[in-house]
Amino acid sequence: MFSILRSIWGVLLHTFAKRETVLYPEELPYLPPRARARIVLTRDPDGQERCVACNLCAAACPVDCISLQAAEDEAGRRYPSFFRINFSRCIACGFCEEACPTYAIQLTPDFELSERKRKDLVYEKEDLLIDGTGKYHGYNFYRQSGLAIRGKGKGEGDQENPPVDIRALHDPR
Amino acid sequence: MIVVVALVVLLGVLAIGAWLIILERRLLALWQDRYGPNRAGPFGLAQIVADMVKIFFKEDWVPPFADKVPFILAPGVIIATVLLSFAVVPFSPLFTVSRLNVGLLFFLGVSSLGVYSVILGGWASNSKYSLLGGIRGIVQMLSYEVFMGLSVVGVVMLAGSFDLSDIVRAQRGLWFFIPQILGFVIFFIGGIAVTHRIPFDLPEAENELVAGFHTEYSGMKFGMFYVGEYVGVVLISAMTVALFFGGWLGPFLPPLVWFLLKTFLFMCVFILVRAALPRPRYDQLLAFGWKLLLPLSLANIVLTAAIYLAAKG
Amino acid sequence: MPLEGRVTTIYIDNLPYGVKDGQNLLQASLTLGFNLPYFCWHPALHSVGACRQCAVKVFKDESDTRGRLAMGCMTPATEGTRLSIEDPEAKAFRAGVIEWLMLNHPHDCPICDEGGECHLQDMTVMSGHNYRRSRFRKRTHLNQNLGPFLNHEMNRCIQCYRCVRFYRDYSGGRDFNVFASHDSVYFGRYEDGALESPFSGNLVEVCPTGVFTDKPFKEHPTRKWDLQTAPSVCTGCSLGCNIIVAERYGEVRRVLNRYNADVNRYFLCDRGRYGFDFVNSQRRLRLPLVDGRELVPEGSATQALSATEGGSPRPAPASSEAKGAVVRRAVARARDILHGSRRAIGIGSPRASVESNYALRSLVGPDNFCDGMTSGEHRLVGMMKDIVASGPVRSLSLAEVERADVVLVLGEDVVNTAPLLDLALRQAVRTRPEAVAEQLLRIPLWDDRAKREATQGKQGPLFVATPYPVSIDDIAVKSYRLSPDDIARLAQAVAYAIDPEGIAPLVGAADPLHVVAETIGGSLGLAARPLVIAGASLGSEAILRAAANVATALAKAGKKDAGLFLVAPEANSMGSALLGGMSLDEALEAVRTGGADTVVVVENDLTSRLKEASFRALFDSTKHSIVLDFFRNRTTELAEIVLPVATFAESSGTFVNNEGRAQRFFEVVNPDEIVSASWKWLGLLSGRGTGEEIAWDTLDDIIARISEDLPALAAIGSAAPGARDVPQVHRVPRDSHRVSGRTANVASLTVHEPPPPRDLDTPLSYSMEGSPRGRIPSSLIARIWAPRWNSVQALTRFQEEVGGPLKGGDPGALLFGPASDRTRAYFDGVPEAFAPDPRRPLAVAIRHVFGSEPLSALSRSVSERIPSRYVGITPDAARSLAVADGERVEVTVRDLRMELPVRIMAGLAEGLCALPEGLPDMPYVGLPAPAGILKRTAP
Repeated sequence: MFSILRSIWGVLLHTFAKRETVLYPEELPYLPPRARARIVLTRDPDGQERCVACNLCAAACPVDCISLQAAEDEAGRRYPSFFRINFSRCIACGFCEEACPTYAIQLTPDFELSERKRKDLVYEKEDLLIDGTGKYHGYNFYRQSGLAIRGKGKGEGDQENPPVDIRALHDPR
Repeated sequence: MIVVVALVVLLGVLAIGAWLIILERRLLALWQDRYGPNRAGPFGLAQIVADMVKIFFKEDWVPPFADKVPFILAPGVIIATVLLSFAVVPFSPLFTVSRLNVGLLFFLGVSSLGVYSVILGGWASNSKYSLLGGIRGIVQMLSYEVFMGLSVVGVVMLAGSFDLSDIVRAQRGLWFFIPQILGFVIFFIGGIAVTHRIPFDLPEAENELVAGFHTEYSGMKFGMFYVGEYVGVVLISAMTVALFFGGWLGPFLPPLVWFLLKTFLFMCVFILVRAALPRPRYDQLLAFGWKLLLPLSLANIVLTAAIYLAAKG
Repeated sequence: MPLEGRVTTIYIDNLPYGVKDGQNLLQASLTLGFNLPYFCWHPALHSVGACRQCAVKVFKDESDTRGRLAMGCMTPATEGTRLSIEDPEAKAFRAGVIEWLMLNHPHDCPICDEGGECHLQDMTVMSGHNYRRSRFRKRTHLNQNLGPFLNHEMNRCIQCYRCVRFYRDYSGGRDFNVFASHDSVYFGRYEDGALESPFSGNLVEVCPTGVFTDKPFKEHPTRKWDLQTAPSVCTGCSLGCNIIVAERYGEVRRVLNRYNADVNRYFLCDRGRYGFDFVNSQRRLRLPLVDGRELVPEGSATQALSATEGGSPRPAPASSEAKGAVVRRAVARARDILHGSRRAIGIGSPRASVESNYALRSLVGPDNFCDGMTSGEHRLVGMMKDIVASGPVRSLSLAEVERADVVLVLGEDVVNTAPLLDLALRQAVRTRPEAVAEQLLRIPLWDDRAKREATQGKQGPLFVATPYPVSIDDIAVKSYRLSPDDIARLAQAVAYAIDPEGIAPLVGAADPLHVVAETIGGSLGLAARPLVIAGASLGSEAILRAAANVATALAKAGKKDAGLFLVAPEANSMGSALLGGMSLDEALEAVRTGGADTVVVVENDLTSRLKEASFRALFDSTKHSIVLDFFRNRTTELAEIVLPVATFAESSGTFVNNEGRAQRFFEVVNPDEIVSASWKWLGLLSGRGTGEEIAWDTLDDIIARISEDLPALAAIGSAAPGARDVPQVHRVPRDSHRVSGRTANVASLTVHEPPPPRDLDTPLSYSMEGSPRGRIPSSLIARIWAPRWNSVQALTRFQEEVGGPLKGGDPGALLFGPASDRTRAYFDGVPEAFAPDPRRPLAVAIRHVFGSEPLSALSRSVSERIPSRYVGITPDAARSLAVADGERVEVTVRDLRMELPVRIMAGLAEGLCALPEGLPDMPYVGLPAPAGILKRTAP
C-alpha cells in the first residue's frame, strides 16, 4: 500500500524534472561523425566505383532492402549494373557497411530522409554514388585482389609475385 | 432553459472529454520527462482536432464475421449512458440539467448500464480477444459497481438525501471526504475500475488482448469507445467532487468555476495514477475487490451508522 | 535402400557407429553426418590422399591414448576402428593444412562467382583458419581462354588435382593437363582454346574453388542464395538427366547437376548444362499472335522495359485484367476456329511433356492426334517402346550402364546423341580390370591411384560398330566401321554366335562378319552383366531389331543381368510413343485426303521434320492453323493463331526418358499470366460449349486424367508428389532461406511489395518459407545446401550413404515392370549386305553434341561451339572426286540440292557419306538416303 503511494509521489515529483526530449527541428542534436544513416557508395582513390557487386550487403541486410545485379565491364572490373536501396525499408543498422569487403558502401550521418511519396525513397546507383572515398581513404580493392584488370596485370598487385612461367625449367625466384 | 443547459452540458462534457485526451498525453509526457504532442496549435491543443479529422475519415469498417447490429450498437451505448449520467451532476446551484431527488441512484443505475457496451462489443466482434476482454470487463465492472454503491451509503446517511444538490449543500460545514475518508477511497478505486482505466484496464490489456473488447473496432466507432472512456473519467471525477469534496462550494470564485477546478484536479489524479501504477493480475483485481474493498465498505457503513446514531442519540 | 553388404562398427570420438564394410573413414564420417573437411576426395573420383585435409586421429585400441594421424580418405573402416575427428592434434593439423593452401589464394572472394558456394570457403571456416599470418608475396598465374563454357582463374588454385582427374581419368579428355612443378603447378591446356570434352562444364562443380567457373553465368553473376531454384529434367536428349534450374530477376541464370543415383549421378554434359539459354532467347514469344499481329494488353505500352534491368524484353507490367483479356481474346478466337472446323488434326511433339501431348490428344480426339514424329522416327520409337516394354531384357539405367562389364555399341555415336552415356561407358570399361585388382590385390575400389596403377589403364571389352569414327573408339577393344545394314547384320551374327539354335546365320554363312561376331559373342557370353546399346540415330529399324535379338539371345543364354540401352531421339520420345498417335506423314495424308481443315501444332517446328514442300502443303491445304510454341519460327510465321508457350523452366510436367522412367520437372520462373504451359492453353481451348468451363486447371487434374485414361502412363503420378499431396506449410521453397533484396527488387516499379506468386500446380512455393530441409521428398530437392556446407558438396547430406541413393529413394517412376517374366521371340528380317555404290554413296546422319539438338542450339554459349554444315566423305571418294578438305561440293539428296564444304573423314565406312543432322543451317533431309556428290565447277 505504501509502495503504491510512494510510486505515485515519485511520479508526481517528475513534474519538476528536466525533459529529455530534444525539440528536433529547432534544436539540432549532436551526431557523432560515425552516426549511421543515409547510405552512400564511394569511389576508390582513382575515382572508380568501389562496389564490386559481391552481394554481401544485400545478404547481410536484415530488411532485404538492397537489390543489385553484378556485371563486368570491358576493363575486367566487376560493378553493379544496378544498385537499389529502398530507404523506406532501411533501418540504418549498418550491417551492409560491416559486410562490405571493399569499403564501398558506407553510412553517413545524414538521417534527414523524408519524402511525400514513398517511391522517392527508392535510391538507385546514381543517387547513391558519391565522388569521394568516404571514411576510408587510400583503399583500392583491385590492388589487393588477384584479378587482372586493365592497367593492372597478373602479379602487379600488392604482395604479388610476377606470374609463373610454367614452361621455364627452373624457378626464377 | 433546461434544453439550453442540457445542450451546454452535452457539448461541454464532450469537449472536456476530448481535451482530456490531450491533457493525459501531455501530463504523461511531463511525468515521463517528455513533451508530448506540442506541435498542433498552442500547447498542442489542436492535436485532438487533427485526430478527430483523421478518425472521421477512416474507413468505417465492420468485420464480415461480426454480429452486425450489436456490433454497431455497442459504442453508442457507452456514450449514451455516460452522457445521461451527467444529467444529475450538480455543476452549480443553478446549473444542473435535472435535479432528481434520487439523483445518486440515477447515476449509479445509468452508469452501470455502460457495461452493456462492453458486453455487446466483446460478444458481437466474434473474436477471441474481444470476447476475453468483454468477459473481464463484465466481471470487473459488475463487481466494482457493488463497492461503489456501498461506499456512498455513508454519504447519503450524512446528507440524509439522494439529491446530489442536497448532498453538496450538506457539506457546507465539512466536506464529506473527512468523515467518509474510507468511502472516498473506495469510491475512487471503484471509479477507476468501472471506467476500466489503468491500472484496472484489464478488459483492454493491450499486451495480452490486443485491445480487448474493442479489438475489432476502427474509425469513429473506436472513437466513440475512446471518447466514452474519457467522458467516464470526467464523470467519476465530477461525482467524486460532488459527493466528497463539496461540489461547487468554495470562497471568492463563482460556484461553477470551483466545481470545474476540483473536477480538473481529480482528472489529473486519474492520469497520475495511470502514470504511476502497473496493471494487477486479473485474479488479484477480483480478490482485492471482494476480499478487501467489500468488507471495508461494509465496515464503513456500519461505522458511519454507529457514529451517526451515537451523535444523534 | 538399406546399406548393402556387411555392417562394420567403428568408434568415432568414442561412440559406436555402424557403417558399410569396405568404406574409407572419410566416406563413413560423411555418411554419418560428421563435418570432416576434404579437398582431393570426390565421391565419384574417390581417394588419392593428396591434400592431407581429412586428417583424423586413429587409435590402435581402447587403451591407446596417443593415437596417430591418418588421412581419413586413405584408411579403410574396419571392424573396431577407433578414430577421433575432434582430437586437438588432428584439428590443429587440418587448420595448418588449410593455412598452407591459403598462402597463395588471392583476395578474390567478393569478385569470385564461387563465393558463397565455395568448398574452399566452407572448409576454411570448418577448419578454423581465419587470419592470414604469412607476410610473403603470393604466387600468381596467367589465365587461359578455355572457350565459351568455362572461365579460368588460375590464381585461385589449391592444387587438389580434381580437375585433371575428372577431365582425363574420368571423362577421357585429352586436351587438358597439369604443367610445371612444385608450387607452380598449373592446370590448363597446352595453349588457349575451347576445352574439347563435352563434359568440361562439370569442372565448375568438381573444382572446390573458383578456378573454373561458369562463363555464361559470369555475364550476370548471382550468388547461390539469391537464386530461385527448382528441380527439373534436362530436355537436351532422351536420357532425362536431373538438373536444378536457377532463376533471378525473371531470367534463367544457370543449370546445375541434380544427383539421381539411377540416372546422371554427379555429372552433366555441356549441352545440358549450357543449353538452357534458349529460355532467355530474344526470339521468345511473349504475346499471342492473331493473323500475325500481337495482342498487346492494354496499358503495357507505357512502360517498355522489364521489371529489372538486364532481363530479356517482355511485355511491361500490364494489369492482370488486361492480360486476362488478351488470353480470353486469343482463346475465344481459337475456340471459334475449333468449333467451326470439320476435322482438326493435332500435331504434338516428342519434345513436349506428356501432359501437353495428352492435352492435345484429348482436345482433338485420339483419332486425330499425331505424335509429331516423322514416319521413320515414329516407327523407330514405337519399336523401341515395344522392345523396352515387352522384351525379356531390361532397359538399364545410366548408373547400371556404369557397372556393365562387356558392352556392344551398335550404330550409336553416343557422345553426340546421348552424351552422358559416353561418360557412363568410360566407367563401364573400368569395372572388369578394377574388379580383378580388388580381388587379386585387395585394393579397395575407392583407392583410386592404387587402382589405376594396378590396372595400368587396362580396359574391359567394349565393341563398337558405327559408320564413322566415334568418341568411344579410344576405349573400345575393337571398332568396326560398317554401313547401317551391315551393323544390323553384324548384330544378327552376334546373336547367332550366342544362340546358334534360335537364330539363323546370315545368308552365306561364310560372311566375314561371322568371324567378327564370334569374338564379340564369345566376350558377351563370358560377361556377368553384358550390355547392348543401340538407338535411332541412323534411322535403321534393322539395327534395333538385331540389337533386341542379341539381348534376347543373352537372356536365353541365362544372363539374368544382361541389359539393353536404347537411345531415343528426343527428351520425351518414349512418352509420346506411350500416348500413341499417327505419324507426321499420316497427318499430312489426313489433311490431304481425310477432310481435315484445321491443324493444331504444339511445340514442334515442323521445318525440322518436314521437307519444305510438305511443310508448305500442310499449311496451304488447311484452312486454319493454331500453333503453340516458345519461339518465332517458320511454323509460327504461317499460323493463323500463335499462343506463347512456357518452356521447361516456366512450366511443370513429366518427361519419360529412354529407359521408361517418368520424371517431373517443375517451373522455376513464374511465367506472366499470358505465357503458360501448352497443356494449360489446350485446357482453355478444350472447354466445350460456352462459358469459362475448362477440362483441367492444375497439373494434378491433368495427371489424374492421364492416369484414368491411359493405364500405360498411370505411374507418372508417382514420379513426384502433386500439389495436393503436400500441405501449404510444407511446400518446398524455391528461394533459399537467405535470399536478399525482397523489399527492393521491384521497388523501382512499386513500393507496395506484391505478394509472392501462387503456385497451384506444384508442391513448391515461390517463397523462402516452407518445408524444413531434410523433410523434402527426393524428387523436390531444389537446392543442394546444408548448414556449413554451402557448396554442391553438401550433397552427402541428402544421400543415404556417400554415392548411394538419395534419402527416401531416388526420384522418378519406372513405367515398365521387371523384365524377368517376359519372353519374346526373335525379330525376323535381316537386311541384305550393303553394296557400296561409289557414284551414289548412302548419306547417313551424323550428329553433333552442340548443334544437333535445336533448343540448346539457341543458347548463346552453345552456339559458339556449333560446327557449320558440311558433307563427310571417305578419302577414297575425295580422291575420285579430286576435292580437298574444305572444298565445296554439290550434294543432292532426295531432290534437295546443297552446296557444302567437304570434310574428309578417315574411317568412314566404304560407300557412305555423312551429313550432319539438325544443325541450325541444315535443312531437313530425311536420312538415310543415297546422295549424289558433284565437284563444284568453277563459277
